[in-house]
Amino acid sequence: MADPLLRVEKLVRRFGGITATDNVSLDVAAGELHAIIGPNGAGKTTLISQLTGHLQPHSGSVSLGGRDITYLPAYRRCALGLARSFQITSLLLDFTAADNVALAAQAHAGHSFRFFANARKEKGLRDAARAALDRVGLLDRADVLVSRLSHGERRQIELAVALASKPKLLLLDEPMAGLGVTESQGMVKLLQELRKEVSIVLVEHDMPAVFALADRISVLVYGRVIASGDPAAIRANEDVKRAYLGDQHVVTHHG
Amino acid sequence: MKGFSVSKAVTALMLAGLLLLPLYSYLSGNIFILTLFTRIVILALAAASLNLIMGFGGMMSFGHAAYLGIGGYAVGMLAQEGVGSGFIQFPVALAASAIYALVIGALSLRTRGVYFIMITLAFAQMAYYVASGLARYGGDDGLTVYKRSDFSGLINLSNRTQFYYLCLACLFGVIFLIWRIVNSRFGLVVQGLRSNEQRMQAIGFPAKRYQLVCFVISGTMCGLAGALLANNTDFVSPAVMYWTRSGDLMVMVILGGMGTLFGPVVGAVIYLLLEEFLSQITEYWALIMGPLLLLIVLFGRGGIMGLLGRLDRG
Repeated sequence: MADPLLRVEKLVRRFGGITATDNVSLDVAAGELHAIIGPNGAGKTTLISQLTGHLQPHSGSVSLGGRDITYLPAYRRCALGLARSFQITSLLLDFTAADNVALAAQAHAGHSFRFFANARKEKGLRDAARAALDRVGLLDRADVLVSRLSHGERRQIELAVALASKPKLLLLDEPMAGLGVTESQGMVKLLQELRKEVSIVLVEHDMPAVFALADRISVLVYGRVIASGDPAAIRANEDVKRAYLGDQHVVTHHG
Repeated sequence: MKGFSVSKAVTALMLAGLLLLPLYSYLSGNIFILTLFTRIVILALAAASLNLIMGFGGMMSFGHAAYLGIGGYAVGMLAQEGVGSGFIQFPVALAASAIYALVIGALSLRTRGVYFIMITLAFAQMAYYVASGLARYGGDDGLTVYKRSDFSGLINLSNRTQFYYLCLACLFGVIFLIWRIVNSRFGLVVQGLRSNEQRMQAIGFPAKRYQLVCFVISGTMCGLAGALLANNTDFVSPAVMYWTRSGDLMVMVILGGMGTLFGPVVGAVIYLLLEEFLSQITEYWALIMGPLLLLIVLFGRGGIMGLLGRLDRG
């Protein structure tokens, strides 16, 4: 097997006495959609933050395409092809949808120490933004301020922003969080499309969505990976059933 | 400009007023008003430069008056040492401000929020005490500039009207530059960082580098205001760097409207006119000014430009 796109080895991160990431190792192959599931507080977001560079691990390593990125700052990882969406929508609220996406394109189109020309008239950036917005089905909302968009629309913009940076690997932190039933279905459909173009790490609570989308699933409990495999194997795994799937009803009905 | 709006009309009126002021002063024989407005234009320039980092960049610098002093002392010290040429004084003033901004910015930008405010304030106070200790250049008492910057016949700074128009040209030039910067790639990044720094880093922008460059641009612009101010008062003293002066600049920006192109100019004009006329009425003018500012900040979010903008939207 060739080198995986993303390799996480023996990652450890503690908060005081709590080990939020406990010796986590996992591989994501190119083209794969790898889901990470686990009950609330299992350390999923902590793990994602170490992958994106917002949090430093205490030990272990992360490598992308064979290159060690464990201690690279977030913006450098992004340049190497790692893009993320946030669990809690994190956009530039006082910018339009198109501006939000165009800035992501701008970050990957040379430096931004250009002081004079109007960036909103740069055709390359605008076209890239429109293409990404079109991709998530929000082209008609391009010129609306993000603060005026609905929650569901913002989740889609998050995705468009991540796409505009033309990533090799997309880290999606609960893209369905807070979405209604129809919106969730739309998001699943969209992810079905996107996975053909880009490798994805998906952290998600929505079990039907995860089992519909994932090639492989890793189950995280108390910061440890207790099982990893294809959806059928995970469904059959006794440890997983005991630790996690028993809670599924609670999670999906109240979350 | 498309369509009529109150804020555009007010801006246009104000700019026309500033342009025609020397004519009024000449016709009415009121020389004082020209002197007053020269000061207003210079401080409007300083406020506009502060607005670039504070309004557009979200960096609450509480030490901006330091650049007024650095620009001013560059002119005053060179003049005292016999270098009278403006072609040397002004570039030195700008360069000194830029270097100060680079050092202060590199240190201050490691902090955020209230700490950033405090550390910029602390550095400006340090500059204040350094200036107070310059015995050769007047120390506490300040330094008289006996001869204004000499631009070898190109423009005569001792001529009130010419000097006023030079200041106005500098103000318009700086606002034009800010307008271009704000809409450029660089400007969008800086404003994006104000809005959501974490997001900007996640999409691949090294935040500090952009903020530092913005900080330096702003400081350099304010250094220009300092050089003009020293020429205007024929005097420079540590007092121009005192923290209350930094506060004045902040108030002008907030009063006029943070993050708007002409807000700081409106703010400077109104603040300094109020100060002038209230202080003629009563010694306790600050008692009237304070509540007035409170009202505007409480009820007019976005300052005067914000209020006018709301009028436009009905």
